[in-house]
Amino acid sequence: MRFLMKTDYYQDIRLFKYRSTFFWYLALVLGCVLLPKIIDEYMLSQLTFICIYAVAGVGLMLLTGFTGQISMGHAAFLAIGSYTSAVLTAKGVPFLLALPASGVTAALVGIVIGRPILHLTGLYLAIATMGAAFIIEEILVRWESVTNGNMGMMVDTPTIFGFGFDTEIRFFYLSLVVLILVLLLAKNILRSPTGRAFIAIRDSEIAAEAMGINLASFKTQSFAISAFFTGIAGSLYAHKIFFINPESYTIMQSIELLAIVIIGGLGSLHGAVYGSIFFIFLPQLIIISKDYLPSFVQDQTGLQPALFGLLIILVMLFEPMGIYGRWLKTKFYFEWFPLYKKDSFKREKKYQKAERH
Amino acid sequence: MEFFNELTQTILNGVAIGCIYGMVALGFVLIYKSTEVINFAQGELLMLGAFISYSLITQLHLSYWTALVVTILAMGIVGAILERVVLRSLVGEPTYAIVIVTIGISYFIRSIVSMIPGWGTDTYGFRTPFTDKFLRWGDVVISYEYLSIVVLALVLIAAVFVFFGYSRMGTAMRATSQNQLAAVYMGISVTRVFSLTWTIAAALGGIGGILLAPITFVHMNMGFIGLKAVPAAVLGGFTSPPGAIVGGLIIGITESLAGVYLEEGWKDIAAWIILIAVLIIRPQGLFGIQEKKKV
Repeated sequence: MRFLMKTDYYQDIRLFKYRSTFFWYLALVLGCVLLPKIIDEYMLSQLTFICIYAVAGVGLMLLTGFTGQISMGHAAFLAIGSYTSAVLTAKGVPFLLALPASGVTAALVGIVIGRPILHLTGLYLAIATMGAAFIIEEILVRWESVTNGNMGMMVDTPTIFGFGFDTEIRFFYLSLVVLILVLLLAKNILRSPTGRAFIAIRDSEIAAEAMGINLASFKTQSFAISAFFTGIAGSLYAHKIFFINPESYTIMQSIELLAIVIIGGLGSLHGAVYGSIFFIFLPQLIIISKDYLPSFVQDQTGLQPALFGLLIILVMLFEPMGIYGRWLKTKFYFEWFPLYKKDSFKREKKYQKAERH
Repeated sequence: MEFFNELTQTILNGVAIGCIYGMVALGFVLIYKSTEVINFAQGELLMLGAFISYSLITQLHLSYWTALVVTILAMGIVGAILERVVLRSLVGEPTYAIVIVTIGISYFIRSIVSMIPGWGTDTYGFRTPFTDKFLRWGDVVISYEYLSIVVLALVLIAAVFVFFGYSRMGTAMRATSQNQLAAVYMGISVTRVFSLTWTIAAALGGIGGILLAPITFVHMNMGFIGLKAVPAAVLGGFTSPPGAIVGGLIIGITESLAGVYLEEGWKDIAAWIILIAVLIIRPQGLFGIQEKKKV
């Protein structure tokens, strides 16, 4: 157990809580950099997907985990990022410009959509974003002159100053660098007054408003930043899979993104990364475990989604705070060794009271 | 005259589809009212109901009406089991956790259905007493299948309305949806209310399935129609059973009209455009009551 004597308010919002934390993160980054030496191309490709999903997850985490606004339409921003990047690079715009441009386009669309619907709360907002995503998907299908409709379009290999990211290793490093930059940016946003306003809105809208936070403005900002990150992830996604069409960005993908942040653990950037690791490795685990199952089960194509659904249910049943919540509990258990009680993290059971008659 | 006939025909088709939307939306509303959760597995319950009735009719050779009753009972049991095994332990957890669980359930049901021998990923149809029978009214033709949907939907809505308004259990359910703690104090068993809510919602889904089967055929992805019922429920106010049906009708008719008179593509997003418009202009829906949050 470590006690931190605080002598300054800024200690509360330092980038790294302890000096040792910084070194652990540095070790993690070094480990990730060395990883391609020991694993094969296929696993590397999966790791790249983890990085991409984690970038999108960080975006959604800012909105859902830190501002408390649920979105079930983030696949639309992923799609906008993908198409912007694909169209721009096809027109000869350098990737280094196309990448931020895809984020900015997604953010602009986010502002246009978010502004009128962000006064809604909870599930209503989720439904509204879902509706908006359906409309955007349909626009992508019908705007054939730009998006080539359902035929889809090929995406070029990204090149920065003549250096092509054409191998697995190169693309992995690109995604890793983007992920680290996005994480640092997100962490810094959360330290700033803007980020603290987001958290205040999540905890109590009324209290936040009483403190002088302009709800409409900050919610829109949160939506735009979230869309920006997701758009960036969309750009990477498009360049990773080479071929995009509107069918890659359906409601299912939105739900998967939401599941990533919820299973990872709402309210922490770690959660976004854990969630995407869970999501990418789960199918791999299922494929591996197939070998140990009876053959009539093995041949079922529905096995993977069935186990997937089942695991989502089980994780939520036994750990509603997600993977990060479990990590916190484990850490707490060891830090306070004999003192951990079963009820340490138990939440008060709330009875619902709707203000309607 | 031709135009008028076409219009009537389109609207009538819209009414039939709208009744299905309404029935699924009714399931949403029941569950939302009592537990404040949107059950994203409602469409999959509809799909499961359709598959069960298909098996009963074509494989066990039961008559349509027996199959209907058996399907309703079976789906009721499925709903009760879901509530008991999964959702009861989540009471008191945050809403988003429960919503994700319902999404997990929908994945699960869909893939389990695809694994059951004789069901799988193929498309099936079955004969009903209404197949190939038409009601002619001038140049307007209505198939009995569509008519059966409308009639049965009306009967069900009346039943739900009477149940909520006049029965003891219905009153208990309304009380629970307003204030759970007060309901407990009044001696209402909240767990029983939840259990019954899920039973009824699943049974409604099953009925929707058996009615929809002759129109869209029975297949693994017919549950996605459940998503279209979300705008219907929102339009109706999400807490009002009659609102769900009216919402369903409006969405169904609009979609049908958009399919005939507008360019391709509008039909698929008409419901969502209405949804967003409603949420911007009148978030409480047509029949909902504005909720005020107290500090």
